[in-house]
Amino acid sequence: MAQRTARLPAQGSDTRWSEQAKRLSIYLVLLAGAIIVFIPFAWTLSTALKAPDRLAEFPPRWIPDPVVWGNFPEAVTIKPFGRWFLNTLFVVGVATTGTIMSASLVAFSFARLRWPGRNLLFLVLLATMMLPDQVTLIPTFVLFRHLGWVNTYLPLVAPPFFARNAFFVFLLRQFFMTIPLDLDDAARMDGASYFQIYLRIMLPMSKPALAVAAIMFSQFKWKEFLAPLIYLNKQEMFTVSLGLRTFIGESWGTEWHLMMAANIIFMIPLILIFFFAQKYFIQGVVITGVKG
Amino acid sequence: MSLVSARSGTSRSLLRLSLSSRQSEALTGILMASPWILGFLIFIVGPMLVSLYLSFTRWDLFTEPRWIGLRNYEQLFLRDAKFLLSLKVTTIYAFVSVPLQVSLGLVLANLLNQKIRLLGFFRTVYYLPSVIGGIAVAVMFRWIFGTQFGLINGMLATLGIQGPSWLGDPDLVLVSFVLMSMWGAGASMLIYLGALQGIPTELYEAADVDGAGNLARFLRITVPMMTPVIFFNMIMGIITALQEFVLPFIMTRGGPANSSTFLVLYLYRNAFELFKMGYASAIAWIIFIYIMVLTIFIIRSSSMWVYYEGSLKGR
Repeated sequence: MAQRTARLPAQGSDTRWSEQAKRLSIYLVLLAGAIIVFIPFAWTLSTALKAPDRLAEFPPRWIPDPVVWGNFPEAVTIKPFGRWFLNTLFVVGVATTGTIMSASLVAFSFARLRWPGRNLLFLVLLATMMLPDQVTLIPTFVLFRHLGWVNTYLPLVAPPFFARNAFFVFLLRQFFMTIPLDLDDAARMDGASYFQIYLRIMLPMSKPALAVAAIMFSQFKWKEFLAPLIYLNKQEMFTVSLGLRTFIGESWGTEWHLMMAANIIFMIPLILIFFFAQKYFIQGVVITGVKG
Repeated sequence: MSLVSARSGTSRSLLRLSLSSRQSEALTGILMASPWILGFLIFIVGPMLVSLYLSFTRWDLFTEPRWIGLRNYEQLFLRDAKFLLSLKVTTIYAFVSVPLQVSLGLVLANLLNQKIRLLGFFRTVYYLPSVIGGIAVAVMFRWIFGTQFGLINGMLATLGIQGPSWLGDPDLVLVSFVLMSMWGAGASMLIYLGALQGIPTELYEAADVDGAGNLARFLRITVPMMTPVIFFNMIMGIITALQEFVLPFIMTRGGPANSSTFLVLYLYRNAFELFKMGYASAIAWIIFIYIMVLTIFIIRSSSMWVYYEGSLKGR
C-alpha cells in the first residue's frame, strides 16, 4: 500500500480529494459492518434486562424501562445454573489438559523424531481433520454406553487424552518445526533423552503455541453441544451449553428475558478470554491458516 | 550404511552407537505418538468400520443387529423423501452460505488491508461472532428472527412493512440461515488479511511500472496470490456447513415441514430419538462419502484455478 500513497501527492488535489472520499467510504462501510455485528449482542443484553411484560413492546425499545437486573439472578436460580457452570469448568479443564498433554507429545514425535511410517501417518492425521464426526458418532456412543459411561463426563473428557482432535497436533507440530534443531542437538550432546528435550526445551519454548492451543480448545469445548446432548441426560449433570436449551419452552412459553440473561452468562467467559487473549487467536490463525 | 548421518563420524563404536540411537529414536517416536495412534484406532478406525457394518443392518440398540444388505441405502435414496429433502437443503445451505461468507470475508480483508486507524478494533469486532459461535448464536437469532416479537420484524413494522415469518416459512427458512451465517463471515477475514499482507509488494510495484490499474492489480495479482488460502477455507467451510446441527436443532427443530432438517439433524433424529441405529449409520456414511468425494473433487480440480507460488504444488 505504501507505494500507492507515495505516488499520490504528485497528481494534484483532485486525486487527493477523491482519495479522501474513498477512505471515508471505507470507514463508513467498516462501521456499518461493526454495527451489524453489534446489534444482536445489544438486543440480547436489552432483552435480558427487560420485564417479561415489556418483551413484546412496539416499536422495539433498546433501553429497557424499567431495567430489571433481577433477571440475571432469576435465570441462574430457576435452573441449577451454578452446578452447570462448575460442570462445564470441570469438563473444559480436564479435556483441555488432556488435549495439551497428548497433542504436544504427539506433535513432538511428528516434528522431531524419525520413525518408520511417520510421514504416512502424518498424512493420515491430516486426513482425519476432514473426517466428519458423524461417521464415528454411533459406534462411539455404543462403546461408551457399553462401558457404562452414559451420564458421566468420561465421554467428554477421555478422548482428548488420545489427541482425538488432530487439529491441535497439527497446530503444535507446525510450531515445533520452527524451533531450531540445534537446540535438540546440543541437548543430545549433553545426554538428554528425547523426553527431556520435549519437557525441558520444546514445551518451555512453545508457551505461546501451547497457549493458542489451550485457548482454542477450551473455547471449542465450552461451546460443545452435540456430545453433551447425547451423553448427559440428567439435568444436574448438564453443561451450560446444554442447559441453555432448557430455557426454550416446548410449545409456547419461552421466557426470553431469562433465556437471554442465561445466554449472556454463557457468553461472558468466551468473550472475556477472547479480549484478554486476542493475540493468541490471531496467532492461531497465522500458524495454521485455519480459523479453528 | 545410509543410516549413519554425516555428523556421527566413521569409527566402529560410533557406528554401533548411532545405529542403536536410531532405533531408540524410532522406538521413542512411536511411543510418543502412541496416544494418537491408539486414539486413531479406538475412536476413528474401529468406529468407522462398525458404522459401515451397522449401515447394512437394522438395529434398535436393544436387540441384535439384523443384516439387511443395502436396504437402508435403497430406502434412503428411493423412498425417503425426508432424507432427499434434507440432502437438498443441506447442500443448498452449504453451497450458498460458504461462497458468500468467503466473498464477504475477502471484501472486508481488502478494506482492512489499508493504512486505516482502528484496525485492531474492527478486527476484534468482526471476529467476535465466531468466538461465541454455535448455540449462543442460535439462541440469539431465534429471538431476533421471531415473527411477532422478533427484532427484525419489529424494525420492519416501524417502517410500515409487515415482516415475513423468517423461520416459519419453508421457502424462507434457508434464506434466514444463510443471512445468519453471513453475520459470522468476519472470522475468515482474519485469515485473508494475513494472506494479503503476505503478498510481496514487489509484485504490485512491478504492476505499477507496467501501468496496471487497480482492477487489474486486484484480478491479476491479489486474487491469484490468494487462491490457495481461499481454496482451503472454502473446502473447510463447506465441510463444516454440511455438518451443521446446532442451528436447526435450536432454532427450528428442522421445521417447518422439514425444510431445515439438515443431514446431521436427520441423523440425530433417527439415531437418538427413533433408535434406528442402522439407518442412521447409513446416513452417516452418506455424509462421509459426500464430503470425501467433494474434497477429492475440489483437490483434483484445484490445479485448474489455484495458483501456487513456485513450481511446487501442494505445500
